[in-house]
Amino acid sequence: MVISTQNLTFNFGNQKVVNSLSLQVPQGSIYGFLGPNGAGKTTTIKLLLNLLKTDEGSISVFEKDLKSNRIEILSKIGSLIEQPAIYLHLTGRENLVNRAGLLQLSIRRVDEMLELVQLKQAANKKAGQYSLGMKQRLGIALALLSDPELLILDEPTNGLDPNGIIEIRELLINLTRQHGKTVFISSHLLSEIERMATHVGIINNGTMLFQGSIAELEALNQALLLIEVDNTVDAANLLKRHQYEVAQVTETLVGLPYHSKQQSGEVNTLLVNNGFRVYSIGKQQQDLETLFLSITKQA
Amino acid sequence: MKAFLLSLRSEFFKTRKTLAFWCAILLPLLICMLMTIGFLTNAEKMASWPGELLWIRFVGNVLNVMGVLLLPMFTVFTAYSINNIEHRADTWKMLFTLPLPKFTVYSAKYVYALLLIFISLALFVLFTIGFANLLSVIKPGLRFNEYHMEFTLMQIYFKLFLSALGILSLQFLFSLLWKDFLKPMGIGFVGTISGIIMASAGWKYAYLFPYSHPMLALTNMLPRTKTPTQSRQLVINILTDDVYVSLAVAVVVFFAGYFILLKRSIK
Repeated sequence: MVISTQNLTFNFGNQKVVNSLSLQVPQGSIYGFLGPNGAGKTTTIKLLLNLLKTDEGSISVFEKDLKSNRIEILSKIGSLIEQPAIYLHLTGRENLVNRAGLLQLSIRRVDEMLELVQLKQAANKKAGQYSLGMKQRLGIALALLSDPELLILDEPTNGLDPNGIIEIRELLINLTRQHGKTVFISSHLLSEIERMATHVGIINNGTMLFQGSIAELEALNQALLLIEVDNTVDAANLLKRHQYEVAQVTETLVGLPYHSKQQSGEVNTLLVNNGFRVYSIGKQQQDLETLFLSITKQA
Repeated sequence: MKAFLLSLRSEFFKTRKTLAFWCAILLPLLICMLMTIGFLTNAEKMASWPGELLWIRFVGNVLNVMGVLLLPMFTVFTAYSINNIEHRADTWKMLFTLPLPKFTVYSAKYVYALLLIFISLALFVLFTIGFANLLSVIKPGLRFNEYHMEFTLMQIYFKLFLSALGILSLQFLFSLLWKDFLKPMGIGFVGTISGIIMASAGWKYAYLFPYSHPMLALTNMLPRTKTPTQSRQLVINILTDDVYVSLAVAVVVFFAGYFILLKRSIK
């Protein structure tokens, strides 16, 4: 595990912002850390970076205790927290040069990063004049500058246009698949990260509601066989008499839990043989977003 | 040590195009230049003066402007702007996620502010000497070249530097803790005014109040004399009580600031 926390707890005054959180982020994964606004995502990230003092519980990163190995661990992490931390009176390039100087990296790396996030044209423009998306890309360049093993990104696609989001997504996938890096990325939109995340943690009110691989999340998500038929109530009764479980009945549709193609065919035949007109029949997956909402609402 | 020097270099890199840095250079240049222009326009009146008196007038005038009000306010401003660079860009969190010891980041910032004040005061010495000599070249009637007080000048400004350190530490801490402009600047301004009042009223415990140290340093050093001959006994005693208090406050508040920083959450 690259990040692993045990019963991590943090209070702001009397309010428990993070409540005995146990994160498990495997090596090489893109871990999507999801939750609505105010769920405790940024606070958790600040705890992971030792910006906030842990009230209870422990954090280990790269199998080492964060408190006692702070510098060693931080040297392998690149991070972007909330708004990117950029000196607005310096140019984009100067921001990177400053960081490279502090971390003793070569200037060549600065140009590589500018190229990577496509800020070469605007490199000598003051960062204060950058658009939100450009600032965000500069923030990502700063996070990637030291070629870190672990990237911790807090809502990095804020303010990016769809193209920018796709580029970042591809960059992150490439970093993990080709270079074995690990990415911990927070978002309040599942749709934004479901296409790249390998693992997901869903948090609300400081508590972890779900943690596991994308496949495990999908498994929670049962598909329905939706049948459009002329008389839905009679059709549902017929199906029930034949030991089928009916999940929903509306004026136009009957829904059964989906099991297999075989079963879909049998249901169709049964209905048609009993004189029903079947207009359409098909499998429908509940989208993950709905699932995400239903998970966060349960809490 | 290497991390400290890198941090210090980074502080310079960040501020080299800002007023915080240029103020340290322009302030002595401007004041010394204006004083020189003043002397040039009044050159006839002073043509008969001996070199020593000319020097004391020139140095004294610059010190009166600088030492009393400007040095404390300049210190307040420097402490503010060094910290404000991070507040403004919301970069504290970035600084403290770098793989550098927190104490290094903190102390490099402090030392950089200290260096700016040192540089500014060193430039005062340099420009005073430079412009005084320039005056004697432009107007040979002004016989600055007949007297030398370079070493004394250095001692005076060194003492001023030490006397400003208490203020620096306090203001550095205020500016570190508060994001806004008004709180640290307001406290600095009120402190400076109270300091001037305490010192000029001759209150006997004024030496315990850091904001009155620059003024105390000057009044103790340059006793107001009625005749020019008396001023020959210009006694420079660098380590006086007020300087000790200033240094003690500086050291204590510097470390206290670090522990406060450790306890605080970084936003």
